[in-house]
This record gives sequence, structure tokens and C-alpha cells, in this order.
Amino acid sequence: MAEKKLGLKEKYQLMTRGLDWETTYQPMDKVFPYDKYEGIKIKDWDKWEDPFRLTMDAYWKYQAEKERKLYAILDSFSQNNGQLNISDARYLTALKIWMQGITPAEYNSHRGFCMVGRQFRGAGARVACQMQALDELRHAQTQIHAFSHYNKHFGGFHQAMHMRDRAWYLSIPKSFFEDAMTAGPFEFVTSISFAFEYVLTNLLFMPFVSGAAYNGDMATTTFGFSAQSDESRHMTLGLEVVKFVLEQHEDNVPIMQRYIDKWFWRGYRLLALVGVMMDYMLPRKVMSWAEAWGIYWEENGTALFNDLARYGIKPPKYHEIATAEKNHITHQAWAVFYTACPATGFHAWLPQEYELDWLSEKYGSTFDRYYRPRFAEFARIEREGGRFYTNRLPLVCQTCQVPDFFTEVDNPMKQSIRQYEWQGMKYNFCSDGCRDIFAHEPEKFCQAYIPPQQIYQGNAGGARTLPEYAAWLKCEFGKDSGEYYTSEDYARWKAMHGGNDTTPSSAAA
Amino acid sequence: MSRDKVFIAFQTNEDSRPIVEAILEDNPEATVDEQPAMVKILAPGRLVVKRSTIEDKIGRDFVLQSIHINLISLAGNITEDEDEFVLAWHQA
Repeated sequence: MAEKKLGLKEKYQLMTRGLDWETTYQPMDKVFPYDKYEGIKIKDWDKWEDPFRLTMDAYWKYQAEKERKLYAILDSFSQNNGQLNISDARYLTALKIWMQGITPAEYNSHRGFCMVGRQFRGAGARVACQMQALDELRHAQTQIHAFSHYNKHFGGFHQAMHMRDRAWYLSIPKSFFEDAMTAGPFEFVTSISFAFEYVLTNLLFMPFVSGAAYNGDMATTTFGFSAQSDESRHMTLGLEVVKFVLEQHEDNVPIMQRYIDKWFWRGYRLLALVGVMMDYMLPRKVMSWAEAWGIYWEENGTALFNDLARYGIKPPKYHEIATAEKNHITHQAWAVFYTACPATGFHAWLPQEYELDWLSEKYGSTFDRYYRPRFAEFARIEREGGRFYTNRLPLVCQTCQVPDFFTEVDNPMKQSIRQYEWQGMKYNFCSDGCRDIFAHEPEKFCQAYIPPQQIYQGNAGGARTLPEYAAWLKCEFGKDSGEYYTSEDYARWKAMHGGNDTTPSSAAA
Repeated sequence: MSRDKVFIAFQTNEDSRPIVEAILEDNPEATVDEQPAMVKILAPGRLVVKRSTIEDKIGRDFVLQSIHINLISLAGNITEDEDEFVLAWHQA
């Protein structure tokens, strides 16, 4: 009789804890020096349970299958000149921001999980972090491969890693991940796996990637959903970490609550970039940022925090502010993109008439009143042969590093600005959320390298103007940056389509 | 048990089609939300994916863990063994 195959539970036990041991030559506290100083108390690491019970052998098998599928499609995409089938070359700005902002973040996430995969003394947690470290590296690689095809035809894709350490808008994701990586291992997994991946990344990978499909981008849809299949596992790890830590000791509750509050707010600010991608960079529209926020935060987030209430965990601080801002932030952010695009590695433009109407419909309470008139004024300047570019650098929040374009929740005509004094220095913030984060860890956040300040101090290659600054980023005005409708991308896109302007005239495909 | 919705989403393709059909059959309260390239199934409080129902649809053995290949996202606490994959919220 053939030997009975191991069940999922037994196999998981053998392949995680079964391979682990208590060290004897050196005390465990010296082997794992970082998993206690945050004050998190773990009584029994064996209570850690990966709900997927995924073991390394199964992991390799399924990942290999995902890669085969993905690369078959990427080959087909490039062999069939898939770049010709996207809805409009304006869409590429979303991919450029992805390449410049998200792909390097995936790589940093890989580095972070390599570290925490070493730091936890529980074998189950280490195995899960090891898989996630590999996933994140795969995401960075597959994104670079997918975008390399667009790099053959369009500007802005060529210097992502160089730009990541220099561009003012890329300091937003960079600082987010570097803040997480320099925290303790429990804070790192709570920040990335729970607050970012469980609570917030659905907003990027579900409506936006579905939107990529709607806009004919086979490459992004494919790597996006391939990455997201890993993401489901990461989200599960995130929820598992939080539940495990909360169940271990009641003293862990306030520490975890603070991590959740901090990282929800930081993640939410980072996602302003995704909101703009959805509302302004998808020529064919799937859903608005406000609708996505309603589904993925207001509905799903509520369900999640109802579930966590049994541990004494409350919904993240200032979540009501995030919800109240949902009808404003993307329009405010796009005005910054439109006016500051010479200092970036992407193009911006005024929304077409059909898009303005779509925005009016989706944002009835705010768009016509506050934002459409602003775009109308920019349009008037363009009709008269001008193009409004800003010639100053913005005030940037010391915590999230987003230019402070935010307004007061009860008064959209007033800039939201907060200050905090520490050791004789005055620091500026975009919100109460960001000020509170600073106030709890001033020694850390006072060190933040704030791009506009550095540029004015001459630390950006001595650049004095926005085009000089863009050159320091290795971006060329008109080729990689500035207005879309006078760009090389637009000229090339028209040439690819027999000299015709193919800008869509409706939001539907 | 909570009535808050759990969900599971798959890439729209021929591998997922029988899985989605099986889920709808096993969860009478489940609803489908079809988005471009993505199919999302929502259910109040709890949703179960059963290996045996999928096997009935495809007419061959099926390893439940292979749903990972086309999975896009999910919400809810997971309990999984060889036969069932369950998503649930615990509290109201």
C-alpha cells in the first residue's frame, strides 16, 4: 500500500516548526536581538498559524506557474506591438509614476522582508516573511520587464532608480518605505503587511489594474494581477500578524493601535498618488477614487475593524478625515501635477471635456464648485497661447513629504497646515495625522531629507530652475516632462496612428 | 456571526470560471461583481470554497491551494484545509 500523503496541516508543521530549533551555543535573545525592544510581548511563537499553510515546495510550484503565464503574455504583448492598443498615450503617465514610484518601493519592501525574515524568532513568521521577500523582488523585476517595452517607445521610463533618490514627488513612497524599514520588525510588518497591504492596496491593484485592462494595457493588467495573487497572501500575513500579536498579551494592544493609526495615515497620504492615477490618468474610466474609497475603505475597512473590535482595537485615528477628503484630494493633486510637471519625469494635461463632465458627475458636491473653474482658467491661458507652470517649489509635509496642497476639511478654500516646534526648530505638516506622527518620534522625523529645502540649498546639482532640476533628474523637458500635448510622446503616438489624434471622446470603452 | 461582507476576487479566465460557479452554488447569498478582467464575489459574513464542488464542475481532481494562481484579493479571516477554504468575519 502506498504511504499516505501528508495533510496540509501536518506538512505545514513539519516544513516550518519542524525545521526550527532552540539554539544552545548562544542564547536565543542574542540570536534574535530585535524582536523584543518594541515592547511587544510574545508568550508562545507556536501559536503563529499561517492560514494558507503554504510551504516552500508549494510556493515554488505556484510561483513558477504564475511566472510562466506572465512571461508568455509579456512576450506576446511585445511581439504584437501591444503599445499600439492602449486607449491613449496620456495613460502612460500612470505607468511612469508606477515605474518611478512603486517599483522601487517593491524592491525596498523586498529588502525589508529579508530583514524581518531574519529577526523574528518564530519559524512560521520567518517562513512567511521569506516568501514575501521573494514575492516583492519578483514584483520589482516583472514590473521592470513589463515597462521595458514601453521604454522603447516613450519617454520617462529610463531612469527610475536614479530618479527615486532625487525626485521631489518620489520622496513620498521612498520615505514611507524607509520609515518602515528603519522601524522594529513588528512595526515593519504592521506597516507594510497590515496597514498598507491589507487595508489599502486593494485600492491600487483592484480598481486601477482593472482600469489598465479597460484601457487596453495587457502588460500591466498581467503583471498587476500576477502581483496581486501574491498580495492576497501578504494581506493574510498582515491580518495574521495583528491577530497573533493582540492575542499574545494585552500590553500589546496600545502599541499595535499606535502602529495602525500611524501607518493607516501614512498609507492614505501615499495613496493620493493612486487616486490621481484613477481619476485623471485613465482615459477610459472604471470607477472614481471616491467610489473606490467607499468600497475598499468605508465598506471593507469597517468590516475589518468590526472584526478586530473584539481585541479592543479601534478604527485608525483620523479615518473620518480621510473619508471627508475623498471628494477633494485627487483634483487638488492633479492641479499640482499639471502645474509642476516640468520638474518631473511625466507629462500632464488638462482633462478633456468628456472627462470634466465625468468628474462633475462623480464629484457632484465639489468638482463644479471648487475645481472645474480652476481647470477652466488654465484652459483660458492655454487658448491664449500660454501654459501655466509653477515657478516655485512647494511647502512639503515633514512626515509624508507630500506637497501641502490639502485643504481644511470644513473649508476647502483654506490650506491645511500644522506646525510643531521641537528643539528650537519649526516643522510644517499637512495634517493633524502627520503632526501627531512626528510628535511621537521627533528624533526620527527631524532627519527627513525634504527635497525643496535641499534644492534651495543647492544640493540638487545646483539647479536654479525647474527645467535645470529636471535635467538633474536626467529628464528632458518636452521629452520626459512638461505638457503632454506638446510632447514627443504625443507626436509619436499620433505618428503611430497615421497622424491622427486618437484622444477618446468618452469615458466608456 | 457578522453580516459584514467578505469577498474573494479572481482574474477572469477559464481556470476561474468553474471556481466562481462552484462558489455561487455553495453560497446561495453570494453575489457577483464583474469588473474588467476581474470577477469579485461577495457574501454576507461567510463564504466557502469547496474542493468537491469544483471537482464536479471540471471532472478531475483539484488541489484547493492552486486557487492562488488566479486569486486577486480577498477580505475576511481565512480557514483552510484540503477540502474547504472559508472566509469569515467573526463579530457583528
